[in-house]
Amino acid sequence: MIDYLNILLYVQIALCIFCLYRIIRGPSIADRMVGIDIFGILVVGICAILSITTQRKFILDIGIAWIILSFIGTLTLAKYLSGKKLNE
Amino acid sequence: METIGFIFICTGILFNLFGCIGLIRLPDVYNRLQSATKCVTLGTCSILAGVIFYYGFNDAGFKAIIAIPLLFFAATVAAHALVKGAYIFGVKLGDKSVKDDYKDVPKS
Amino acid sequence: MKYIAIFILSFIFWLFLTFSLDLSNIIIGVVASIITAFIFGRYFLKDVIPFLQPQRYFWLIVYLFIFTWECIKANFDVAYRVLHPAMPIKPGIVKVKLGLKTNIAKTILANSITMTPGTISVDIIGDEIYVHWIYVYSENPEEYSQRISGRFEKYIKKIFE
Repeated sequence: MIDYLNILLYVQIALCIFCLYRIIRGPSIADRMVGIDIFGILVVGICAILSITTQRKFILDIGIAWIILSFIGTLTLAKYLSGKKLNE
Repeated sequence: METIGFIFICTGILFNLFGCIGLIRLPDVYNRLQSATKCVTLGTCSILAGVIFYYGFNDAGFKAIIAIPLLFFAATVAAHALVKGAYIFGVKLGDKSVKDDYKDVPKS
Repeated sequence: MKYIAIFILSFIFWLFLTFSLDLSNIIIGVVASIITAFIFGRYFLKDVIPFLQPQRYFWLIVYLFIFTWECIKANFDVAYRVLHPAMPIKPGIVKVKLGLKTNIAKTILANSITMTPGTISVDIIGDEIYVHWIYVYSENPEEYSQRISGRFEKYIKKIFE
């Protein structure tokens, strides 16, 4: 079972390349921000699978912290995109 | 129990694959955001459900249960902020669009 | 009163997150919950009476099942549109009237619209919500209001108002 989960982990890491393609080639700056947002959610999935394959439970804590950090980062980028200051 | 968790994880990765193909193929920002945020959010929730079935109801299982609604609210609110920011920034709707009610509204 | 409600909610969240009943753990949780309630207590809740009515929890469970089903349907819808060689999309932004009053109900409805098939919510001004739709089925406002928000609005009105 662990071997198959390792293969799935590689598939999930390969999906990040799609997001990197969109970040590099995006025609406008909003496309790049969409790529960054989706990248942050995919990393949570990598953390969840990695906590099974390595049998270390603290990686789920890293996943929860990553959700909150990615959320705050995306809100900051969106606020910058709509032309406001950060303290409004 | 481990088999059920494995099936959930496979389903989640399949949905993630659909979402990322949509991120590549669809023509403008709004459609990309739509396909990607729906499919990737539900795929990651499915992976976390698989982790719940794998560990059972101990401390790691409860952490995965907490992560599901947290991820859900974070992803939807982030998508909402991104689409509004992109509209105010001036990204045009794509060529195939048929209707735009938001054009004449005063933005805040 | 609402400070106490925030304190109890954050303390239950802490107990689930750490999942142990040591004395030191509980002391740290109580201190962190008091700080959280002191800072954020005046923002979220108007009053605590809706927490004590049990029929709201029943409708919440019903709503969760309906919502999960719509969410799975949304994913197959997106998969069909993405994998089809001709990509059958016809996007547009439409305006939908809401029948809800409170802010928390509007927020939950906007989040639900984001996860249902083909729609993502753009902005809320007053009691009108602007929705980006990936395939505009009809031009009639009555019909698309029913199609977008009619499924959830009655349940959300029973739960959050």
